[in-house]
Amino acid sequence: MSKIFVIAEHLNGEVEDITYEMLGKAKSLGGDVIAVLLGSGAKDMASDFAADKVLYVDSPELANFNPEAYCKTIVSLVGSHTPNIVLVGNTSQGMDIAAGLSIDCNMPLIAYASDVSEGSVTSQLYGGKMSVESAVEGDFIASVLAGSFPVDAGKGSGAAVEEVAAPDLSGLKIKFKQLIEPEGGDVDITATDVLVSVGRGIQNEDNMEVVQVLADKLGAALSCSRPIVDSKWLPKTRQVGKSGLKVKPKVYIAVGISGAPEHIEGMKDADCIIAINTDANAPIFDYADYGTTEDLFDVVPALTEKL
Amino acid sequence: MNIIVPIKQVPDLVEELEIDSSGKDLDREWLKFKVNEFDDHALEEALLLKEDSGGTVTAIALDGDDIDKALYAAAAKGADKVVKVTGIEGNVSNHEAAKAFANAIQGMGADLVFTGVQSVEDRDGQLGVLLAHYMNVPHISVVTGVAVNGDSVNVTKEYGGGMVAEFEAATPIVLGIQAARETPRYVPVAKVRRAMRSTDLEEVSAGDVSVSAGSSVSRMFKPESGGGAEMLSGSAEDVAGKLADIIKGKI
Ligand SMILES: Cc1cc2nc3c(=O)[nH]c(=O)nc-3n(C[C@H](O)[C@H](O)[C@H](O)COP(=O)(O)OP(=O)(O)OC[C@H]3O[C@@H](n4cnc5c(N)ncnc54)[C@H](O)[C@@H]3O)c2cc1C
Repeated sequence: MSKIFVIAEHLNGEVEDITYEMLGKAKSLGGDVIAVLLGSGAKDMASDFAADKVLYVDSPELANFNPEAYCKTIVSLVGSHTPNIVLVGNTSQGMDIAAGLSIDCNMPLIAYASDVSEGSVTSQLYGGKMSVESAVEGDFIASVLAGSFPVDAGKGSGAAVEEVAAPDLSGLKIKFKQLIEPEGGDVDITATDVLVSVGRGIQNEDNMEVVQVLADKLGAALSCSRPIVDSKWLPKTRQVGKSGLKVKPKVYIAVGISGAPEHIEGMKDADCIIAINTDANAPIFDYADYGTTEDLFDVVPALTEKL
Repeated sequence: MNIIVPIKQVPDLVEELEIDSSGKDLDREWLKFKVNEFDDHALEEALLLKEDSGGTVTAIALDGDDIDKALYAAAAKGADKVVKVTGIEGNVSNHEAAKAFANAIQGMGADLVFTGVQSVEDRDGQLGVLLAHYMNVPHISVVTGVAVNGDSVNVTKEYGGGMVAEFEAATPIVLGIQAARETPRYVPVAKVRRAMRSTDLEEVSAGDVSVSAGSSVSRMFKPESGGGAEMLSGSAEDVAGKLADIIKGKI
């Protein structure tokens, strides 16, 4: 039977959903599911893990995520326990673990995984425009896209916790300083029924007016994809997705958004998704309820007019 | 600080992607390539850091179609040195690319290596972290801020929900840049042409890159539209009318 490691993830004292998603998936693969939890005084976090066993490493250096300390510790655990499959999140934390593990433990890594089985992993590549199946012989690591598996399947009544001593973590070159919480915004996009969400298809800041008037007409909030925030056309508090907020409005109108996996993660649970995008192959249409390939600069003003 | 920025060309997703006859890869014959957008952010952050705190910026790329142009563009934007890694070309795994970069960068006295945090073809893992492990130096990914602080750097890493962590790190280190402080600068073609005449493009050998991703592609396919959207037909005016009705029905 295969031995499956699931690298648990937590942030600011809370276990992240990706942990449960991976635990549930591991269980469905039928292996011996071993959750790996690193922290400081954090043992209780494992109390609802659906796992056969929990390996827990406690050290002040592991209290908060530190790429160097976490890598060293997980490399040493993989070395001593030789799992057949390692599941790690394709998340901000997981990105700093998976690839290093691949080299230091000499195991193949398949990233952006949306499905995993023995010997085969499916990845979402090219901004979600292509699915790629990889064949792999022997032990491997898969870094799993958040939102790929149900969360509930990974929740259970916990498991026997085995405490493992941390490796030597002296002389770390990276020191954790602090976590900084986001500043509150003027609008809470997680609390509105309708979101007009704008992406790079809007082209420039002057055009933002086009979507703003639609939002105003609908009494909706204006949210956006990441590039809009990076361009400083809207504040960070309006960003939907992996590094932004998760939203679940009644209606989500995606305007000029391609639907990269990092965006989809934040909005796929909306009740009704409408996509306006001139590219018929844009992945957003795979998640939308209604779509149109008409130009946003024609549809959005016409729609505003009709409401 | 001596900052090295590895640059990678990736398929431009604006183009329609087709699968080749093997069923395992993109049809690359007519694909348009562009510099990975996160690499543009990495270069921008490097140039901004140099402008604040001094140092040098070197852009480095593996040999390939149009790569000279990408390197001259980096020079036109302000990179002090541009380097092409030869003896490796085409569609290699990120493990191989990272090894080639590690070999080439060794001996350059890098304090900081900035890569784009990810690209659209990282099937076997993100380049920066692979590179760091081949170089045997630490790494931080998903970086949205870097400031020089004496011999070390203060780095912010982004998590979900807008939460960020602050780290202090000794150099050398590899940072996977998510977003530069400023929108990556634009450089007019005329300036790239001038850079082409005045810049010395150095070449370095990739050396021994006998590593592998350890897995192979068995199938590539367009994701089945999971139920997919109901596509609304008609003129923009018609579509707007239908959308208005749908929206009114939901709220
Ligand atoms: C660690 C990490 C975290 C990330 N977190 C997030 C996140 O939280 N949220 C997020 O959104 N992204 C996130 N990203 C970025 C993500 O990978 C994509 O780059 C981003 O989602 C793309 O945004 P976009 O769809 O607006 O732009 P693009 O992908 O450029 O899409 C623009 C779309 O507009 C369409 N278009 C163009 N003109 C028109 C027109 N006239 N009418 C109609 N349609 C038009 C085009 O067909 C295209 O599909 C993250 C990336 C990383 C690496």
